[in-house]
Amino acid sequence: MSSYLSKIPSKILATLSFMLLIAIWQGLAIVINDNTLPTPALVLQVFWQEIESGQLPHHLGITLLRLIISFSIAMLLGCAMGIALGINKKLDAFFDNWLVIFLNVPALVTIILCYVWFGLVESAAILAVVINKLPNVIVTIREGTKALDKDLLEMAHCYNFSKKKTFTHVIWPQLHPFVMAATRSGLALIWKIILVVELLGRSDGMGYQLNLFFQLFDVASILAYTIAFIAVIQSIELLILKPLDNRASRWRR
Amino acid sequence: MTDIHISIKNKTYVTEDSRQHTAIANLSLSLPTNKFICLVGPSGCGKTTLLNIIANLDKKYQGEILLGQQQIQPKIGYIFQTPRLLPWRTVRENIELVLTEQQPPEIIDALLESMQLTDSQNAYPQHLSLGMSRRVAIIRAFAVNPHLLLMDEPFVSLDAPTARQVRNLLIHLWQLRPHTILFVTHDLREAIAMADRLVFLSAAPMSVISEIEVSIPRSKRNDETAVEAFRQQLLTNHPKIKSLL
Repeated sequence: MSSYLSKIPSKILATLSFMLLIAIWQGLAIVINDNTLPTPALVLQVFWQEIESGQLPHHLGITLLRLIISFSIAMLLGCAMGIALGINKKLDAFFDNWLVIFLNVPALVTIILCYVWFGLVESAAILAVVINKLPNVIVTIREGTKALDKDLLEMAHCYNFSKKKTFTHVIWPQLHPFVMAATRSGLALIWKIILVVELLGRSDGMGYQLNLFFQLFDVASILAYTIAFIAVIQSIELLILKPLDNRASRWRR
Repeated sequence: MTDIHISIKNKTYVTEDSRQHTAIANLSLSLPTNKFICLVGPSGCGKTTLLNIIANLDKKYQGEILLGQQQIQPKIGYIFQTPRLLPWRTVRENIELVLTEQQPPEIIDALLESMQLTDSQNAYPQHLSLGMSRRVAIIRAFAVNPHLLLMDEPFVSLDAPTARQVRNLLIHLWQLRPHTILFVTHDLREAIAMADRLVFLSAAPMSVISEIEVSIPRSKRNDETAVEAFRQQLLTNHPKIKSLL
C-alpha cells in the first residue's frame, strides 16, 4: 500500500484527499438528511447567493479591516517591546511576570473587560484583540533577540556598521523566522478572537453574522461563511507569507 | 600611516565563582607601520582578549591605544578565529557592506582576484569551503583599508596544504597592499614563516617576554628547512621561550 501511494505525485495525492473529505461530507449529509448538515452543493449555492447579495463581502471586509489594524498594532508594538526585553536583562526581569499574567488571561475576559471599561465601541474591540495578541508577539521576538549571534554583532561593531545597517543586515535576517512564526500564530489567534469580539459587542462583521445564523439555525450559511474564511486565510498564506518566506530564505538553498 | 602604541596597564575579569583574575598586566607593544607582527603565546593566555581590547570590543581595562601621538581608536580590520560572514549575504555583498560610501566598489574586484575568489563572488557563505570563507574574511578586513589588521589564528582548523595556500595568498596580498598586521598564533613555525617580528607572551597575567626580529628573507619563507633552522636556533638561544610552548 505504502509503495503504491508513494508512486502518486504529492499534488495529486493532496487533491484526492480533499475530494475524499468532500465525499465523506456528502455521504454524511445524505445519510443524516437534515437541515443541521447541508450538502456541499447547497452550501456552495448559499455561498454564491451571499456573495451576490453583497452581504458576505461586506461583513468579511469589515472583519478583515479589524484584523489588519489590530494585527499591525500588535506586531509593531510586540516587535519593539520584544527586542527591548531581549536586549535589556533588567527590563526583562522586571516585566516577565506581567507577560506571564497577560499570556494567561483568557481571551474572553479581556474582551469583556474592554467592553465594560471602554464601552461597545470600535476602539475597545481593536484594543481587546491587540491585548490578546501582544504578549505572544513579545515573547516570540524576545526569544529571537536573545538568540542573536553575538559574534556577528561584534563583527558589525568592529567594522563600524551604523545602527541602521546593523539592524537591516545583521539583526533583522536573524529575527525574520521569529517574526514569521509570530505572524502565523498571530493571524490564527486573531482570526479566532476577532469573531468573539464581534459576536459580543459589534453589529457587523463575520462574528456578528455567525451569531445571527446560529440563532436562525442556518447551518448552510455558517458553513458558507466558514469557506470564505478558510479561502481568505489560505490566500494570505499563499500570496503574502509564502513569498516572504521564500525571499528571506533564498540563501539557505 | 602612523605607528600604533598599545599599553595595557591592567585588565581583570571575574570568574563565575566571583574570583578576580588579572588577565593582562603592564603590557606594552609598539607596532611599526606596515610591519607584520606575530604574537606567540600558549593557548588561553589572553591573546584574543588583547585583540578585542585593541578592536574596542572590550572596554573594561586600564590603559591606552595610541595612534601616533593621539589617543584615537585606530580603524581596524579584524579577521576572527571563525570567518563571521553574514550567511544571508553573498561573498560580494559581505565585502560591500564594510565599504564606506567614498570607497569605489572596484576595489572588491581587485581583492577578489588576488584571493582567487572572483568565480565565487555571488555564492552564499554556506556553499564555500572553510578555506574560501577565511579568504573572504581576509578580503573584508583589507577592504576597509585599516590602520591595523588584527588576525586571530585565522588558519586554525584548516588542513596543512589549505593553510599554506591561504597563508601564501595573504602574504601576497599584504605585499601588494602593505598594512600593519597583528597576527595571533600558538604555532611558532607559522609565525616564523610570516612575521617581521615575533612577540612572545607569557600567561597569567599576560605580558611580553621578548621580541625577536625574523631575519629570514621573504623569498625563503616557504622553505621549511630555513624556517625549522631558525626555530631551532631561537629555542636554543632563548630557553624561556621553549618553556612557554
